Amino acid sequence: MYAQMIKTASTGIKLRADMSDQERAFQDKIDDNIKIEPRDWMPEDYRATLIRQIGQHAHSEVVGQLPEGNWITRAPTLERKMILLAKVQDEAGHGLYLYSAAETLGESRDELMRLLHEGRMKYSSIFNYPTLNWADIGAVGWLVDGAAIVNQVALQRTSYGPYSRAMIRICKEESFHARQGFHAIMKMAFGTREQKRQAQDAVNRLWYPSIMMFGPNDSESTHSEQSMAWKIKVKSNDELRQQFVDQTVPQIEYLGLELPDPNIQWNAEKGHYNFSDPDWSEFFDVIKGNGPCNTDRLNDRVKAWEDGQWVRDGLLAHARKKDARKVAAE
Amino acid sequence: MKNEWPLWEVFIRGQHGMSHRHVGSLHAPDAETAVKNARDVYTRRNEGVSIWVVEAKHISATAPGDKGPLFEPSESKVYRHPTFFKIPGEVGHM
Repeated sequence: MYAQMIKTASTGIKLRADMSDQERAFQDKIDDNIKIEPRDWMPEDYRATLIRQIGQHAHSEVVGQLPEGNWITRAPTLERKMILLAKVQDEAGHGLYLYSAAETLGESRDELMRLLHEGRMKYSSIFNYPTLNWADIGAVGWLVDGAAIVNQVALQRTSYGPYSRAMIRICKEESFHARQGFHAIMKMAFGTREQKRQAQDAVNRLWYPSIMMFGPNDSESTHSEQSMAWKIKVKSNDELRQQFVDQTVPQIEYLGLELPDPNIQWNAEKGHYNFSDPDWSEFFDVIKGNGPCNTDRLNDRVKAWEDGQWVRDGLLAHARKKDARKVAAE
Repeated sequence: MKNEWPLWEVFIRGQHGMSHRHVGSLHAPDAETAVKNARDVYTRRNEGVSIWVVEAKHISATAPGDKGPLFEPSESKVYRHPTFFKIPGEVGHM
């Protein structure tokens, strides 16, 4: 999802019999749904895994601004432009809530930024795909933020207090993102023949990257058992993906668009839709850095950080000078 | 990392008559910028009518391990609650 392929910082799941008294008390709290707070004792592997997951989640919010920022100046109306600006501003805010949550675990925001910029931390694979036209912006809000919501609603119940609180806040705002996206694509799907064609094209291109957001199939996802036991992860990749498909298919049908996968079919026995797996080799390739936009995205991030350096330094120098003057006056 | 902006904790009064409540944190070079950033980050949807910021290093807190000795004693003092006292019905509302 916004955090994919997070390697749990442990080797397999720890059995109760192998736990110390402290570890057992910690696991009891989690089993009783008592939130873990920053200054509570926690296993180092729990801390390390959370930093990886929250950090990657934060990076995704921030990098996620890039494909949309691309369209702010080209939005079709002033109203759509203001809406898109508000959404992109929200994404910056979401990144900030998450960096703050990671910081309560003892990892500084600057350090997380450095790891991202050096390519040592990832962000969601979805943002390595381009936004070619206005229909893509609608589809991103509707499908990508829609997929994010499915994941983030589950994560509201995560065991770490600051992460859970950030998720609650983010979910409230994210719902605006998905609805504005659906509204934009609806306008096109119900518009001229050419608009409808563009809407269909956007759905076709973004469907598989969207369902890839949940990460590999559970059978391939070998590290999640301990994360589930710690309630860092609350639902499995396949459960979340199925939930997303089930809620999205009727929406595509409502728009009168063709389903982007010929194998999508209601399975009355399961009570779920059948659908095709995405091309996982493409997913792993994008994760590795070979997606259509990986290089551009990272270069843009690094450039923004470096270009802002003199502003950050200048404001800090000014604040220090003011403080020194105040001390001298006292 | 010595050029990292300091961390500020943000408190917001949701509506008139309510107290300020902790909502999160942010980085800023000074108090004035912290207030401006808090306004942008934490009040984009009418969440508040007033903002406090305080640099995180100035906050003192109880330790998680002291929870028992600090807060458990009040659990046994049920007489501190008005419902502990049964007042005869004929006395009326009290």
